[in-house]
Amino acid sequence: MRKGLWFMDDLLREFLTETNESLDLVDVQLVRFEQEPNNAKILDNIFRLVHTIKGTCGFLGLPRLEALAHAAETLMGKFRDGMTVTGEAVTLILFSIDRIKEILDQLERTEAEPEGADADLIDQLQKMVEQGMRAMADAAAPPEPAVPQLTEGTLVLQVLERPLRPGEVSLDDLERAFRETPGPEQAPPAPPTPPASIVKAKPAAKPAQSRKFAEPEAGGDHDKVANQSIRVHVDTLEHLMTMVSELVLTRNQLLEIVRRHEDSEFKVPLQRLSNVTAELQEGVMKTRMQPIGNAWQKLPRIVRDLSGELGKQIELEMHGADTELDRQVLDLIKDPLTHMVRNSADHGLETPAERAAAGKPEQGTIRLSAYHEGGHILICIADDGRGLNTEAIKAKAISNGVVAEADVEKLTEAQIHKFIFAPGFSTAAKVTNVSGRGVGMDVVRTNIDQIGGTIDVKSVMGEGSSFTIKIPLTLAIVSALIVEAAGDRFAIPQLSVVELVRARANSEYRIERIKDTPVLRLRNKLLPLLHLKKLLGIDDGRASDPENGFIVVTQVGSQTFGIVVDGVFHTEEIVVKPMSTKLRHIAMFSGNTILGDGSVIMIIDPNGIAQALGSLATQQDLVDENEAMRAASGEQMTSLLVFRAGSAQPKAVPLALVTRLEEIDVDKIERSSGRHMVQYRDQLMPLVEMDGVALRSSGAQPILVFADDGRAMGLVVDEIVDIVEERLNIEVASSRDGVLGSAVIKGSATEVIDVGHFLPMAFADWFHRKEAMPSMHAQSVLLIDDSPFFRNMLGPVLKAAGYRPTVTASAQEALGILRSGQQFDAILTDIEMPEMNGFEFAEALRADTRMADMPIIALSSTISPAAIERGRQAGFYDYVAKFDRPGLIAALKEQTAELHQAA
Amino acid sequence: MSKQNDLAEDQITEYVTTIIDGQLFGLPISRVQDVFMPARLTRVPLASPEVAGVLNLRGRIVTAIDMRARLGLARRDDGRPPMAVGVELRGESYGLLIDTVGEVLKLPDAGREANPINLDPRLAKMAAGIHRLDSQLLVILDVDRVLEMGSDAMAA
Repeated sequence: MRKGLWFMDDLLREFLTETNESLDLVDVQLVRFEQEPNNAKILDNIFRLVHTIKGTCGFLGLPRLEALAHAAETLMGKFRDGMTVTGEAVTLILFSIDRIKEILDQLERTEAEPEGADADLIDQLQKMVEQGMRAMADAAAPPEPAVPQLTEGTLVLQVLERPLRPGEVSLDDLERAFRETPGPEQAPPAPPTPPASIVKAKPAAKPAQSRKFAEPEAGGDHDKVANQSIRVHVDTLEHLMTMVSELVLTRNQLLEIVRRHEDSEFKVPLQRLSNVTAELQEGVMKTRMQPIGNAWQKLPRIVRDLSGELGKQIELEMHGADTELDRQVLDLIKDPLTHMVRNSADHGLETPAERAAAGKPEQGTIRLSAYHEGGHILICIADDGRGLNTEAIKAKAISNGVVAEADVEKLTEAQIHKFIFAPGFSTAAKVTNVSGRGVGMDVVRTNIDQIGGTIDVKSVMGEGSSFTIKIPLTLAIVSALIVEAAGDRFAIPQLSVVELVRARANSEYRIERIKDTPVLRLRNKLLPLLHLKKLLGIDDGRASDPENGFIVVTQVGSQTFGIVVDGVFHTEEIVVKPMSTKLRHIAMFSGNTILGDGSVIMIIDPNGIAQALGSLATQQDLVDENEAMRAASGEQMTSLLVFRAGSAQPKAVPLALVTRLEEIDVDKIERSSGRHMVQYRDQLMPLVEMDGVALRSSGAQPILVFADDGRAMGLVVDEIVDIVEERLNIEVASSRDGVLGSAVIKGSATEVIDVGHFLPMAFADWFHRKEAMPSMHAQSVLLIDDSPFFRNMLGPVLKAAGYRPTVTASAQEALGILRSGQQFDAILTDIEMPEMNGFEFAEALRADTRMADMPIIALSSTISPAAIERGRQAGFYDYVAKFDRPGLIAALKEQTAELHQAA
Repeated sequence: MSKQNDLAEDQITEYVTTIIDGQLFGLPISRVQDVFMPARLTRVPLASPEVAGVLNLRGRIVTAIDMRARLGLARRDDGRPPMAVGVELRGESYGLLIDTVGEVLKLPDAGREANPINLDPRLAKMAAGIHRLDSQLLVILDVDRVLEMGSDAMAA
């Protein structure tokens, strides 16, 4: 026996691989079968699989396995003959399959079938068969007339809504007949008649023998696929992959050489080589691709067992199981997925009683889906359970010391939910057999981090939670952006790069500083910036231009940040090589690679950088979440610069009005003709002190710079506190000069200053000089905004730009003015207004022939392509962001200039 | 490293000799893959000071270890390029940066002496014994222990 196996080494190995695969399939199929006990097709599949196992065992001389498989097969044979499928019976078969797996495991290790008997299981299986037989006999005996109906097939009712008419054959039977036809020793192709099946069932052991050889042919479609594929050892593929990687590198090197020699005769053949290499690479990558369903195979069984264990009714939906991804990634994702499905079943879903009380169907659903998006795969695990308990997480986070009690109130729900990924975090009050040991989600996250993926959670209390995992398709070859920092080159995986921004002083994108923290204002969003060379501790001391630089806007999960680099070269397909163990502790790198020119460079790990962002990141998250909230609720959020000047009470000014924040050395401030001035960008800039503010005697003096049309003034303040996103609601109007009113910002009463008051203090003619322009005719503008703050802010801005503004608080009022015959060169209107909004106003205007030609510009705090399109349809000439002062003026100029040309 | 324990009388071990800061060292030739001129060394930010960088040696990425830093010696200031001795540990390639490479010496294991007890403790950790040559002492380096660096613990 032992010796026999020795000779059959290869055969045995193949048997093991094949059988393990088959068993996994049986698991899945059985669970499906239990749900649809009348689906003969599934039953056929299972039967065939178990039968093949049994047959092979007999052939290889594995009596223990054979006996067990045989007993299970007999029971399944009974199902085929119409025995009622009970959960009990399925459980029993599942147990048998587990036992078979155990034996196979040992077989693999020792190359011999382990000693032992399975009489317990076999007895149970047989008992179940007898029970079923008896039940079947009971059922079959009394309704004698029913026999003819049975003749038409055992599976009649589920296939058609109505019973089959005599002579009709059920679809399943047809299919079975079709499939069984080629088998030479097969039962007659006609639908099995009840007497036949009973006869077949009685001497259960014998026919199985005869069918043993016929069966493999029975699985027609299955076999066809099998014949077209071969088994290749994973090592062979890995080796192939490594060689292709080397080839890619060599090709890159050759390309690099040819790039240097303009007219090389190698160019054409090399191009060909390059294409072939690319194709080869793609082909080899394809061999490594496997459907994600392979990682899901065990889940139905797990869920089934869990639902029994936990007393919950759980349905597992799986979508996109054929989505393919790299084998290596698949292996790494398998365990986290299983864990998360367990979690959903255990923590997420409620008991049937709880669900009923909450007005939900008793059966809970876990939905698993996978799909491609860009170079990523997105996997979503969602349940319709109770959702995450924000309060419990909060309490746990505080007690674990993950977050300070004082800070937790500032966090949004989404941020609190993220704490579940912190190490040792489990809010389950009691530890169950299934989960709740607090070693869950952080491990999941670590696993996902390792493969450069991200995980995100969304949860609504009482409605369920969903986890989204985003992972790269492959780990071996990635597209990367090659950047330079302090003279060294680094690769940043393209997957996490959102965009590249060239920051320059005086341009739309410029690097600014809040205290010492560099930020980039990118489309009304503040992006925290990190200097790569500082992060890596390789600052060469060479003063990099504080305002200029290349910014790689990077996204990790929901965090977006900018990495400031000295230069950007190009993107290159790089072959990721694992780092030496001596370097693996460096979180900033995920690997290294050889570039086309042969040099080795380090690959930046965006996750590591995100972690380095540390506390800053949480703040940024806050801004992000706020922004998301704003978008969702349509609330108008305003970026405000909070500072102190003259008093302890904070003051604020809309950030968009501030051109820059500066700290100027007090020594550089000069006094001339009773005013403070400072040399600023080759100009003399006047400084204006707010009431109660005194210039510092030494050190750096913070000032807010307001610039317009080549002129700049500095407002001297005591301290710049913060930049906040806040819904600006001026509650108390002020009669004091220079103050528009008070608003509650971050919980404290803050004075919102009126920039318009201070500008003329620097240049007395700030608002007038343009009126003296050659045109001699200031153009009139009608401004409509329901918010007094904006009316107050934009009025002076328009005046400053040389227009004559008329300000109204509502669209109706504006229509009234217009209908009274007053003419304007342009109309500026807010979009978000009560009663009549900007779109409706524009449409009303367009409908009126007298006013249809008046240029109308939309002002909005939310700018989206959809809104712009809507605006265009409503008849707006232009669509400008509320705080985009230069944009507004430019738009006005354009519209009024056109008007004049036309006139 | 089995050779160390195998102290048969007539057992001969071949050593690749190197000079680091004037001191002669020997590396068992069985552990030496090759000797090369390290070119285009890429420094690795945030790495431990012993790691001089990484380089491409015929398509393999090799981690260069600065032996002077590893032995706690002063930086080299004569401006001459270092040489590297290629070794392998657990499937990874390393290049030990040394000042110069000397000849290969065949030395009888019987002549090997234990580390003097007053040997610099840092060096003693990596030395597998001493050979007294005619003109000078040769310190045998234990490659495994040379590569046993602090960062291993962190990586694990």
